[in-house]
Amino acid sequence: MTYIAKPKLNHPQAAVNTLGFTRRHYEGTISTLCAGCGHDSISGAIIQAFFELSIEPHRVAKLSGIGCSSKTPTYFLGGSHGFNSVHGRMPSVLTGANLANRDLIYLGVSGDGDSASIGFGQFGHSIRRGVNMLYVVENNGVYGLTKGQFSATADQGSKSKKGAINSDSPIDLVSVAMQLGATFVARSFSGDKTQLVPLLKAAIQHKGAAFIDVLSPCVAFNNHGGSTKSYDYLREHNEAVNRLDFIPKRDEITTDYAPGTVEDIEQHDGSVVRLHKVAEDYDPYDRIAAMNYLQAHAAAGELVTGLLYLDREPEDLHAHLGTVKAPLNSLGDKELCPGAKALDAINASLR
Amino acid sequence: MKKQLAAVNDFVVKFANVNGSGSASANTLFAKSIMRMGVPVSPRNIFPSNIQGLPTWYEVRVSERGWLGRRGGVDLMVAMNPQTWNEDVKEIAAGGYLFYDSTKPMPASKFRDDITVIGMPLTQICNRTYTDARQRQLFKNIIYVGALSALLDIDPEAIKKLIAEQYRGKEALLDSNIKAFEMGRDYARAEFKCPIGLRCEARDAVGDQVFLEGNSAAALGAVYGGATVCAWYPITPSSSVAEAFERHCKKFRREPETGDARFAIIQAEDELASIGMVIGAAWNGSRSFTATSGPGISLMQEFIGLAYFAEIPAVIIDVQRGGPSTGMPTRTQQSDVLSCAYASHGDTKHVLLFPEDPREAFELTALAFDYADRLQTPIFVMSDLDIGMNERLCKPLTWDDSKVIDRGKVMTAEMLDAGTAFGRYLDVDGDGIPYRTYPGTHPKSGAYFTRGTTKDRMAKYSEAGPDYIENMERLLKKFETAKSILPAPMRHQNQVATRIGVMYYGSTSPAMEEAFELLQEDGIVVNGLRIRAFPFHEEVEKFVAAHDVVFLVEQNRDAQLRTLLMTECEMDASKLTPVLHYDGTPITARFIAGAIAVKLGAKNAQAQRSAAGNS
Repeated sequence: MTYIAKPKLNHPQAAVNTLGFTRRHYEGTISTLCAGCGHDSISGAIIQAFFELSIEPHRVAKLSGIGCSSKTPTYFLGGSHGFNSVHGRMPSVLTGANLANRDLIYLGVSGDGDSASIGFGQFGHSIRRGVNMLYVVENNGVYGLTKGQFSATADQGSKSKKGAINSDSPIDLVSVAMQLGATFVARSFSGDKTQLVPLLKAAIQHKGAAFIDVLSPCVAFNNHGGSTKSYDYLREHNEAVNRLDFIPKRDEITTDYAPGTVEDIEQHDGSVVRLHKVAEDYDPYDRIAAMNYLQAHAAAGELVTGLLYLDREPEDLHAHLGTVKAPLNSLGDKELCPGAKALDAINASLR
Repeated sequence: MKKQLAAVNDFVVKFANVNGSGSASANTLFAKSIMRMGVPVSPRNIFPSNIQGLPTWYEVRVSERGWLGRRGGVDLMVAMNPQTWNEDVKEIAAGGYLFYDSTKPMPASKFRDDITVIGMPLTQICNRTYTDARQRQLFKNIIYVGALSALLDIDPEAIKKLIAEQYRGKEALLDSNIKAFEMGRDYARAEFKCPIGLRCEARDAVGDQVFLEGNSAAALGAVYGGATVCAWYPITPSSSVAEAFERHCKKFRREPETGDARFAIIQAEDELASIGMVIGAAWNGSRSFTATSGPGISLMQEFIGLAYFAEIPAVIIDVQRGGPSTGMPTRTQQSDVLSCAYASHGDTKHVLLFPEDPREAFELTALAFDYADRLQTPIFVMSDLDIGMNERLCKPLTWDDSKVIDRGKVMTAEMLDAGTAFGRYLDVDGDGIPYRTYPGTHPKSGAYFTRGTTKDRMAKYSEAGPDYIENMERLLKKFETAKSILPAPMRHQNQVATRIGVMYYGSTSPAMEEAFELLQEDGIVVNGLRIRAFPFHEEVEKFVAAHDVVFLVEQNRDAQLRTLLMTECEMDASKLTPVLHYDGTPITARFIAGAIAVKLGAKNAQAQRSAAGNS
């Protein structure tokens, strides 16, 4: 299907957002991934999230590494600058880009091989620096582009398509992200757009290191019996602790849920994350309790999804560095070059 | 009577110390005091990969003529380290001097008959005067500087002034240092015949020159060049570049109203992340750089290829050390030439700049940011440990205020609004350099996808052969364009016509300047050409064509620049004679002149010079 160009015409009654853009403004070129790939659903959710938030695509920079997941930025936000960097190193490129211009929105898209194997170090360090970004891992437990090798997130005992059993312990990126100080941590499933889109929206608006692990089945190499990342397995084991609504600043906040199950959390920009609690004993603001909960439920074979941790007072790398409000890439000669007179003084101090 | 070396303003003093004993500041004080008398000095740190306990040396060449290369040989050894005593004593030239701490008696067998021995009970004096262990150690250094000032006839006022500058505002420290200095000086004047045969006389040979380290100078160049992002990973001998950048930025890059930083410095988790951040920042329109050394260059290879192929500016300051592998982390070499010139897999070529000293490290680093933006490619500033980690006398740093930052071909929102066609890899005017846009420039046009995969001129993914070839050929054209932009080589033209040429680059320069004179004295007439950039300027080929023999002086084993010349300029290998010095010590004029003389078959004193210089 990949040879079919997208039609240029828009439906005249297509919904528009507050910018007057339709969803089409947020699309990219047509996907070259396999039909039924979970990653395409995530791209769809990303398009939906940016559309609903009415963010101008050119104010977004989308960066990725190498692999199936890292190819997806071409399939959404065609009006954004994109950067398909080298394998496992998207986080450093994104960090540098963020330093240069703090005013753009940074979306890092990666996979489990890209972030948990070759790029595990950069993943961790970008999180611990508090880079203001949304870091999405499209997690299928397998190397798709090289045809079905296990990745580092594959569960111990899970079976490959060729029948091999994985004997290594899996890396749980959500636990690592929490441990290393991410200020927004969530897990979702590519097949659950109602859960994923609000999570993406809240994470995009979050001013700090936001991480979402999205389980995304690989239809070609990891969707068979014995896999723990197949559609069937994930539908069966998905334990949502909460559901979100995301209410941008400008929207009226209405309450139509019974108190006690719903909580509104106001973010710094005035937007509100509305949390519908499913598991009453889950507290997403208590990092230690959340980590314990995750471990306990993982041991019971349950895959906990939803907003897992939220720091209501996040700080980002620019705050840590004390950089100026203006983007560094906007500074000119006057701000940057001390000039000849200052150099004379330096010379005088060196004699 | 025993021969005693005699010289005014022309000798070498070497200090043998223990790392971490606080000797560095006293030794610097010694060197600077002579400089304040108007006599040029060039000090060099010879240090181990260690923080405390291992031997370290500080070698000061005093040269009224202004020769700043390492001379080789030692006229006065200040032997403060029992661990290296034997080798230190052995290194002294016949007729030279040995100054040592005589507190503990040494057997006669530990000395030599052909040198003058000056023993001073430094430890005893310190123990008598100070009770605190740390003070005993630190003041010992100042006391020997005091003694040396008498022995070498150094102006005590120059030293006192330097001490006063160092301890401005810390009066207690100032007084105690002056006291220690005078104690040493008075002792020497009372006990020894002062001065010895080696002595200093005030001159006016320093002028307005400045004294600074290459790493600090390169960092200042980055400030003047408009760098706002620095990402780095600690590695000897480059770490002080990033540290100096931070120091300079704190002084010059604070927003006056808020005190906020107009810079961002990240100590990354490794060199891969450092260069990744540099590339990300530069892609997004900030001038950015990293500083590293050989092992870091090895780690950065994949990213450097990405920056070359996706055409993203980056400045990489490579403070070279001895390789391969961990090699000699605290010794100098020029052995990263090839690994930088052809960094990364596939067909790549990169721009290299070769500063000769701290002043040029400043100048070329500042310029490197313009080159990187104009050429949209990584630029390597090929410094080395000898330049980077030693203070060197240079002409004052200069800056032309009329110069503005040249961001190269950047398409703005206004240009896009005016309907200018934008293709990220489109060669619009034949120089091989396309236009780029910064992310976030325009709501409707100018966005493109940056990738390390092949693409067509509009930045669309393409594995079509013709698209690939067009792109690769355009990159070659861009490399040709670079030749006309980069700094031209510097010619050292002899008055007498000659068919012998010498080419050299980087930190070889001060030794070569002196070698020209040594060669001349021995009747060997040569022309010189100092190469300052790769790709090579057309002058380089002309120079080789104009001479029958061309010596190529390098500080590596494999004659790496020669390989580059042979490959890139298709030069006749037999015409390029390598002169190679790569034991990790800075090259000397004696070595160069000796090697050239031997290679030319001259049978004179040069051969001996070679032997003396290649120690």
